[in-house]
Amino acid sequence: MNNKIRKILPQLITLLVVVLIFGFFTFNAQTNMASRGIDFGFGFLSQESSFDVQFSLIEYDGSHSYARAYLVGLLNTLLVAFIGIIISTIIGVIVGIARLSPNYLIERSAAFYVEFFRNIPLLLQIFFWYFAALRALPLPEKADPIFGVFFLTIKGLFVPAFIWNNFDIFFYSLLAAIISIILIRNYAKKVQENQGKQIPVLYISISLLLVLPLLTFLIGGVSLNFEVPVLKQIAKTSFIYEGGLGLPPELIALTLALALYTATFIAECVRAGIQGINKGQKEAAASIGLTPNQVLKLVIMPQALRIIIPPTTNQYLNLTKNSSLAAAIAYPDLVLVFAGTALMQTGRAIEIVSITMFTYLSISLFISILMNWYNKKIAIKEK
Amino acid sequence: MYKYIKYFLCLVFGLALLVGCEQQGKKQSKSDSKTLKNTIKKGFVRCGVSQGLPGFSNADASGNWTGVDVDVCRAVAAAVLGDANKVKYTPLSAKERFTALTSGEIDVLSRNTTWTLSRDADIGLTFVGVNFYDGQGFMVRKDSGMTSVNDFRDGISACTNIGTTTELNMRDFFNSKGISYEPVAFEKADEVVAAYDAGRCDTYTTDKSGLAAQRTKMTNPDDHMVLPETISKEPLGPVVRQGDSVWEDIVRWSLNTMIEAEEYGVNSGNVDAMKSSDNPAIKRLVGAEGEMGAALGLDNDWNYRIIKQVGNYGESYKRNIADTGILPDRGPNELWTKGGILYVPPAR
Repeated sequence: MNNKIRKILPQLITLLVVVLIFGFFTFNAQTNMASRGIDFGFGFLSQESSFDVQFSLIEYDGSHSYARAYLVGLLNTLLVAFIGIIISTIIGVIVGIARLSPNYLIERSAAFYVEFFRNIPLLLQIFFWYFAALRALPLPEKADPIFGVFFLTIKGLFVPAFIWNNFDIFFYSLLAAIISIILIRNYAKKVQENQGKQIPVLYISISLLLVLPLLTFLIGGVSLNFEVPVLKQIAKTSFIYEGGLGLPPELIALTLALALYTATFIAECVRAGIQGINKGQKEAAASIGLTPNQVLKLVIMPQALRIIIPPTTNQYLNLTKNSSLAAAIAYPDLVLVFAGTALMQTGRAIEIVSITMFTYLSISLFISILMNWYNKKIAIKEK
Repeated sequence: MYKYIKYFLCLVFGLALLVGCEQQGKKQSKSDSKTLKNTIKKGFVRCGVSQGLPGFSNADASGNWTGVDVDVCRAVAAAVLGDANKVKYTPLSAKERFTALTSGEIDVLSRNTTWTLSRDADIGLTFVGVNFYDGQGFMVRKDSGMTSVNDFRDGISACTNIGTTTELNMRDFFNSKGISYEPVAFEKADEVVAAYDAGRCDTYTTDKSGLAAQRTKMTNPDDHMVLPETISKEPLGPVVRQGDSVWEDIVRWSLNTMIEAEEYGVNSGNVDAMKSSDNPAIKRLVGAEGEMGAALGLDNDWNYRIIKQVGNYGESYKRNIADTGILPDRGPNELWTKGGILYVPPAR
């Protein structure tokens, strides 16, 4: 009995304190807002927002609601976080491995990259990529096309847009290819475990991925056209590209800055992970005749990943949260669109800031759950 | 479980920071103004200004603030505390300004703020008057060949600030013209100027006074011009918190005093001589007759000090906006007696 109370009491007290604190601040907020003639509520979310946003993944203009504006900002934040995480992981892994290279030049330049980008404040880097790099880019009419179809200008990167016919058939063929690859891989694993035979899974996968979608072009009635951006004159010295797909320079600068900055930390995680593996493992693997590539892929990496994943999760979370610096360079992310313009127009600071906080919290928790799941999957399964 | 409690606590403290900033102005009766009392107790007026808009509120290298918006705060300080220099300035972005005022961080917001219905009625603010009649315009590069908004074409990109009425007017304007445009909205004015200057945008839009002031910050100011059209009404004026009518009256009549002083030809140079004027309206204006101060909870020399220390509206305009070459022509900001629309209720 005594034991039980001793267990429950601290928890009860904690709960009580939390409830009291929360209640106190809610009460405080209510009385203060009432005395200043501010009302509280989320009704504004369904009102017309009446402001436009530069870049949106879904259809949006000022006649849509504030809730829709919130969604636009959220999707833009997720877009930057998604692209940023992928690019920073690729750069991070390459640089991390390069730092362990026996080649002096490669090792030193990787180290220089890490030390340089890691030690400059992120906001400064964002400003650098936006203002310094932006000024260096040509005006639309002076841009030299890359491969004849890409145009990198001060007003953004303009790329050809795809115009699909029967896109759904193509999509299903891709899906079918992926599913069959997974099945073949599982089968190959079984064969190797039972008979020791190796099936060249990689080549089969690549050819499947190429052949199946290609077939749809030949017999499935799928066709693809490119819409190349065309220069259009707005005024005597003002030009813009029309048609195709335009990526605003704000998005490019922000993604670049976030990816290059976060990649340095990921590179250090990767290096730590690989160095954390006992040297004997590598030597033992080499002594049984594995090639250096196989040593890295089959022996070192699976063990190193266990060390790499948890700190890398932190870096993914950091990248996502750092994306809120977008407001400084006019990229319409959640903070700029919702906690910026929408907050200003409605004046509902408490409602909007708490929604924004909840949103970032949810995104972070979601990434965290995902990475924890992956970490568990690759952890040593002790029997 | 503990993990969730942890997250919950984080959230609670976050909210606490938001709302717990200040607990002020809870109960208010007409005879006792908490803001006035606090201001006298602190010994300075807490004034919210812009982060640097020449002519309106701008700090020089040694941190001295000047501008017509700053002069409103100086007038309030002269009236309430007897010294126009007893002002503490807080530079605020467009986004922060109303929260700073409603949360009690500042007591007067004098930051080229447009008076609109929703701001006045919905978010706990009260506008006390207009110290500058403005309108939204566009700036373009001279070599673009654009000479009017009728030259705008589909695909034009426009740089502006977030959190201002500008974003809304811009949408109304382009929609009514049926032109598709790319809004590029920054949080700070300096970044808007930098991006437009770099060629990111074809046009820069904000209040015309702002355009005139920011043009001076460009690499080559002469390469840019402001288009003649005005697409909106932007009456700019000082704002106070809702619910303290005494303080509201003090700020309103400090501003009105400056404008009325110009109307009657009273300025910082002749205000002493005007004490013995024959005109009763002028005598009331310089505190030599009537009990105007008592009605506001101040002494009777409050308006005399405003004119003596800050000057009348005309002096303030000339010093800050005309002589600095921002907008030499007063346009609508001329007195009603001289063809403008500056018209204030009489101080009697």
